[in-house]
Amino acid sequence: MSEDILSVAAGWRDAGEAVAIATVVETWGSSPRPPGSRFAVSETGRMAGSVSGGCIEGAVAEAARQTMQNGAPQLLDFGISDEMAWEVGLACGGKLKVFVEKLG
Amino acid sequence: MTPDTLSRLQAAVAAKVPVALCTRLSDGAQILFPEDAAEPGLAEAAAAALAADKAANHEGWFIHPHNPPMRLFIVGAVHAGQAMLPMAAALGYAVTVIDPRRAFATEERLPGVAISHDWPDEAMEGLKPDTRTAIVTLTHDPKIDDPALDAALRSQAFYIGALGSTRTHAKRVARLKELGHGDDAIARIHAPVGLDIRAVTAPEIALSIMAEIVAVRRGSRLAVR
Repeated sequence: MSEDILSVAAGWRDAGEAVAIATVVETWGSSPRPPGSRFAVSETGRMAGSVSGGCIEGAVAEAARQTMQNGAPQLLDFGISDEMAWEVGLACGGKLKVFVEKLG
Repeated sequence: MTPDTLSRLQAAVAAKVPVALCTRLSDGAQILFPEDAAEPGLAEAAAAALAADKAANHEGWFIHPHNPPMRLFIVGAVHAGQAMLPMAAALGYAVTVIDPRRAFATEERLPGVAISHDWPDEAMEGLKPDTRTAIVTLTHDPKIDDPALDAALRSQAFYIGALGSTRTHAKRVARLKELGHGDDAIARIHAPVGLDIRAVTAPEIALSIMAEIVAVRRGSRLAVR
């Protein structure tokens, strides 16, 4: 297991897959992963790393799919007050922002 | 992230050069500090983030420092040291094993890490331990451990640990005092090494040492003796 998510993601891209990288850019409260934590997703559904304790990775992967297709970066907000985050189960009570970009 | 930014970032990481990836969150524009031109405020914030090894936000930019890996010097290519290698790799440490006894310090016993057959004082002189370095002595042999600890105490290493019982350590302390080290300096040495988890096997000892290194690095109360 490597913390070097960028290298893993670059490997997927080099193998011909579209890849998006999600990075935690800001946290409040008891978010499990600090700013700088990365989560990579490929178009075939490969995943590496994490941006939470598994609470929001599914939702981030969905957003990543969109970024892979249109190339536009996204800034996602997750928090206890956020309806979607509640649905996907951010039970830790933290809040965080995740930046999603396509790996060119 | 453009292919150019990715390849330059990966090259810097591979060359162990500190860089900060700065991303403008409104549109995804990116620069690498200090390679690319940055306005003074952002450059200052990026330099601070690198120094603190902590991500930061500055006027709409996310600053993501990429520092070289922390280093772990293991003095003594013994069984517990071998067991530390996969754990240290997973925890992000670049390991150098120092042991002048060539029969122990073989590539077969120590796969994938740097090996130095120099005496520890000479090895340390070349390796220059800094604030991102942890040093652990494991040989029990004063001929090898003492010069390593002497050099470690003269460095800014954030963690110094020495294997050996309380009794062994008391004798060691006396010898280090003869070398001119004061009580405050000697108090930097974690001995007996590792968190007290009643470790018995080599992997358990390795786990207790790595756990203590993490505890010290993260400022845990478990790190206080």
